[in-house]
Amino acid sequence: MNTQPLDFVPASEFKQRASGAVADAHLRKSFRGAMDFLISKRAAQFPDPVALENQRSLAEHIRKYSLARLPELLEQLERKLTDNGVKVHWAENAEEACAIIVGIAQRHSTKLMVKGKSMVSEEVELNHAMAAAGIDALESDMGEYIVQLDGEKPSHIIMPAIHKTKQQIARLFADKVPGAAYTESVDELIGIGRAVLREKFMSAEVGLSGVNFAVAETGTLCLVENEGNGRMCTTVPEVHIAITGIEKVVEKLEHVPPLFGLLTRSATGQAITTYFNMISGPRKPGEKDGPGEMHLVLVDNGRTQAYGDEQLRSTLQCIRCGACMNHCPVYTRIGGHAYGTTYPGPIGEIISPHMLGLNATHVLPTASSLCGACGEVCPVRIPIPELLVRLREEAQHDARPGHAPLRGQGAAKSRLVDAVWSGWAALYTRPAFYRAFGWLATRFRALTPPMQGGWTVSRTPMKPAARTLHELMAERKKH
Amino acid sequence: MDAAGSRHYPDKPAKVYLFGTCLIDMFCPEAGMNAVRLLEREGIEVLFPADQTCCGQPAHSSGFPEQARAVARAQLGLFPEPWPVIVPSGSCAGTMRHHYPEMFADDPQLQAEASALAERVFELSEFLVHVARVRLADRGAPARVALHTSCAARREMGTHEHGRALLAQLGAVEVVMHEHESECCGFGGTFSLKHPAISSAMAGDKVDALKETGAESFLSADCGCMLSLNHTLQKRRDGFQGQHLATFLWQRTSGEGGQQ
Repeated sequence: MNTQPLDFVPASEFKQRASGAVADAHLRKSFRGAMDFLISKRAAQFPDPVALENQRSLAEHIRKYSLARLPELLEQLERKLTDNGVKVHWAENAEEACAIIVGIAQRHSTKLMVKGKSMVSEEVELNHAMAAAGIDALESDMGEYIVQLDGEKPSHIIMPAIHKTKQQIARLFADKVPGAAYTESVDELIGIGRAVLREKFMSAEVGLSGVNFAVAETGTLCLVENEGNGRMCTTVPEVHIAITGIEKVVEKLEHVPPLFGLLTRSATGQAITTYFNMISGPRKPGEKDGPGEMHLVLVDNGRTQAYGDEQLRSTLQCIRCGACMNHCPVYTRIGGHAYGTTYPGPIGEIISPHMLGLNATHVLPTASSLCGACGEVCPVRIPIPELLVRLREEAQHDARPGHAPLRGQGAAKSRLVDAVWSGWAALYTRPAFYRAFGWLATRFRALTPPMQGGWTVSRTPMKPAARTLHELMAERKKH
Repeated sequence: MDAAGSRHYPDKPAKVYLFGTCLIDMFCPEAGMNAVRLLEREGIEVLFPADQTCCGQPAHSSGFPEQARAVARAQLGLFPEPWPVIVPSGSCAGTMRHHYPEMFADDPQLQAEASALAERVFELSEFLVHVARVRLADRGAPARVALHTSCAARREMGTHEHGRALLAQLGAVEVVMHEHESECCGFGGTFSLKHPAISSAMAGDKVDALKETGAESFLSADCGCMLSLNHTLQKRRDGFQGQHLATFLWQRTSGEGGQQ
């Protein structure tokens, strides 16, 4: 197991990892192929652009409405779940979340916890905390199982092992799964994984799952999945622990279908997933299955920071479909691991600064050409490019007047960069100077520096023309 | 965003302003001159306010709103008459049309000025198609070209449609589609300087895709993308090059094939 947490991202290392990733022809090809596949699957689900915009509007409004009432909806959810027999816990940060879950597992003296797919459990580094407490936390989603077996983190929030080839998985299983023979047959590989997991479901005392939507008025936790492992984790073990971010709550059951429909179509191009679990409490007297005890851990971990700012709040509209990363030209070229954060790609660039602070993450919002592909496909219309620009500003300045500073506010402040932009503004706000600058730059264009920083890594240097447009137009006027 | 045809277009005016953009001013003035020639041929007088500099976008997208605002403010008063403002760049047009009003959100008077200006801003090809309603007569030899539209041009200004509409009027020009046509070319302003490895990978893939079409050249309505791709090709010692759409349109229709 890899016990090196990947949650700290120094700027220099992001660039190194990104450079390494773009130089890896194999990785480039496999991500490009996988993303193209997902892009075309999604597109096939939305043949009518007008209908899609209507669905996005509805979903955006549901998310905005839910966030506008977040505090009261969370209290309502807690009341309903408590009435249903679910114990609700609140965790302000990753450590608290892990301590709560380790505590529950220890009370049941369990040695094994089976996990359904949960990005929040990755975010809080739960597996490390469980390992430190001597408890095995076994991933049961096939993709998560594969990356865990190889001591890695997921490289995509929906498809954790998308960076791996069939051959790599075949080798991994042959090396790490006792008794497994080398095979490149996908069906056989899945069979090997399932055989291991099936036995573990039966012996684990605790099952953990994520939550896709938490319905406040009924106290229902909705879980979207394709493999059935989520249902196993939430019904077979005696104890079920659900973990989720506080933003996942909606008020009414009727708010779920529009979001669910967009989630699966945007994520994997499926009209609906194989499984959709609605969980509202532990096994009742007389019922034959389901856990005897159930918990929900609601995690903040920086979300209230985003919540507190009118513009940044839209970050929390996210329903974790991953469409932004599938369509991102940067993610497609560097893959998920280069980011070093639990959530990679555009959503990771806007949410990680709240979870980890700008000190550790200020480079991430700069890793975008602001092409806008992410915002265009986001099913809940998060204005991702605008939020990237905002976070770039926050990283390089003190907080705006009347705004609370973000964690790591001003972490990228640099007198040199400030001076460059101030000089730039001084030049471009003084037309006579600007024209004189243009005159000089064109007359002395032979002296243009041959090395121009990042630009000339793969490009020839920029060189001014013989005359500026200003001059050409002025000459023309004379004639 | 009004990329998809929801904009109300005025009748053809007697005069227009040209906002040349800082990149065209310094690095590809011929694109600006050819934009002027295309407009004048339609009987439109082109006014070029000499005090114009830059729209402010580089600072805006880099997280320096104060500096962006100062530079944007210096442009606000340069277009006093109610003539349209023509911008031969999708991303600069997008900045002036969509971001100017929000840049001055805390000052009602400046915001009103910015909004009034934004209303009159047209990307060149948009103006030629919808306002000037040009009818182009192709005088060039048969040619095969690919078109790359900047992301801002595509997503904020609908330029991919306007550019195609203009090229469709050229009888001897075949416009070919390239792989991942809507994908960014990796320029992204300061992104190309801050993340050269990623930017280079994107630019490299874009030039490969453009070349794979078998086109003789590629066209772009944005000098930023065009320069980034041309300099990438030059570093590769590859003779395949891009042209600004305005230059290509002028050369094809004026008979001045050699005019750069």
